[in-house]
Amino acid sequence: MSKIIPIGPYHPLQEEPELFKLYCEGEIVKDIKWETGYNHRGIEKLSESKTFDQVFFLVERVCGICSTSHPFAFANCMEEIADIEITNRTKYIRSIIGELERIHSHLLWLGLAGHFLGYNTVFMWVWKYREPVLDLFEMITGNRNSYAMFKIGGVRRDIPNDKIPAIQEVLDGLKKKLDLLTGAVMDDPVIHARTKGVGVLTREDIIDYAAVGPTARASGVDIDVRRDDPYAAYPLVNWKVITAKEGDVFAKVEVRLLEMYESVSIIEQCLEGLKNEKEGDIEVPIDEIPAGMGTGRAEAPRGEVFHFVRTDGSNFPVRHKIRAPSYVNIATFRKSCIGQTISDATISLAAVDPCYCCTERMAYAYDAVTGKKLLNGSELVKLSQDRTDEIRKKSN
Amino acid sequence: MFHFGGASCNNCDIEILACLTPRFDVERFGMQLVGTIRHADVLLVNGSINQKDKVRLLELYEQAPKPILVVAIGACGCTGGIFAEGNTFAGPVDKIIPVDAYIPGCPPKPEAIIAGIVKLLHK
Ligand code: SF4
Repeated sequence: MSKIIPIGPYHPLQEEPELFKLYCEGEIVKDIKWETGYNHRGIEKLSESKTFDQVFFLVERVCGICSTSHPFAFANCMEEIADIEITNRTKYIRSIIGELERIHSHLLWLGLAGHFLGYNTVFMWVWKYREPVLDLFEMITGNRNSYAMFKIGGVRRDIPNDKIPAIQEVLDGLKKKLDLLTGAVMDDPVIHARTKGVGVLTREDIIDYAAVGPTARASGVDIDVRRDDPYAAYPLVNWKVITAKEGDVFAKVEVRLLEMYESVSIIEQCLEGLKNEKEGDIEVPIDEIPAGMGTGRAEAPRGEVFHFVRTDGSNFPVRHKIRAPSYVNIATFRKSCIGQTISDATISLAAVDPCYCCTERMAYAYDAVTGKKLLNGSELVKLSQDRTDEIRKKSN
Repeated sequence: MFHFGGASCNNCDIEILACLTPRFDVERFGMQLVGTIRHADVLLVNGSINQKDKVRLLELYEQAPKPILVVAIGACGCTGGIFAEGNTFAGPVDKIIPVDAYIPGCPPKPEAIIAGIVKLLHK
């Protein structure tokens, strides 16, 4: 007889609401179910009521942690539809923001992972070193978290050349801290003991579940949208995709730590690139968005973000579809957690860096007493059709 | 303090967490996040509240030891913000439970959150 251990939905440290049910026998997790929907906001629908310029502010708020990747993918998408070639300065600025975000997001994750291991020192230290990155954001964009930097065909604010030394200074400081953190994490026997061989995802698992981002790269699947479908300034600079083979939690830590070094290097090269471009050359004029369809991809800190937009020549998207990386990554929980002890399950859950805000879709409703599924797809469709009928009758 | 994250974009949640970390360190004011509402004197609510959250928020408020101070954080918490027109939106926090303080911003800076709560403590 298995016991159910609920985690959430309002966990004091996992910042987003979600509910995990671990079905355990003794210490061992036999099955896992999760329930989301606490965070559903109907963004795709909302997007249809916003003009293209406004959609940027909306998609930025799909997820606060990767609040650049969504505008990034959306911009790529709209530029494909309108067939726009952006200026080099724009490309550099976009990449700088994207990579700064990767650093802040990976640091955030590292801190939370430390907390889940019961290692709060890591949490506090890492979040302390994350603050200078947020200061950089504040200096460049005016806000710590939602940057509002992107627009179709350009960016909203320039990075003036005289700010470059100040940015470089922060990066230098950051590199020292990264060395310190990498040393501390890589050599710590406790972290080794808690993460090596835990939550292993093999290459086959990753391919089966179509996982993306650092989760995939830590299992030896060499994918990265930045290289595979180049956008912004990534083809213009030198960098490499970090992979590891083991697929355990430790490998994921390693991949993320090393990726941060790559990000710093990308930013430095972009800053160099900025110096050769004319200041203020940050947008191309756009007359109108033609009717059409387009897709845009971007590599978020957690993996591939995918946007699809259909336009009809008007000012609004007719259909806007978003796929966020956690949506596929979360499914790997079934592989990584089943068979683990409860204490290891939490870190395995945290290891893919799940982000529920991105993931919210229509959730099933279960009857708490009988466990019966209340709604399935066709019933939902029927509900929706009935509702339309009802409204139609009313308006007649 | 107990933190209830509604249907948010996560930024407000992160900024609340940031308040705990060394740069801002709210513990110096004697504030701490607690694991259950039954230990809390302050309920922090952020994010727009959707249909699913509404029931849970009401339940939590019910369970909270009274008197409890409720703080609505962020544009979403105060008014619904950008998500107010969403199809799952169930009303801003103050339509569901009584609110003692509003901290606007999208997201509000940690300084603003701390200032808001400290003001409330003096009340
Ligand atoms: S107020 Fe802004 S930052 Fe806060 S949850 Fe809402 S959209 Fe996100």
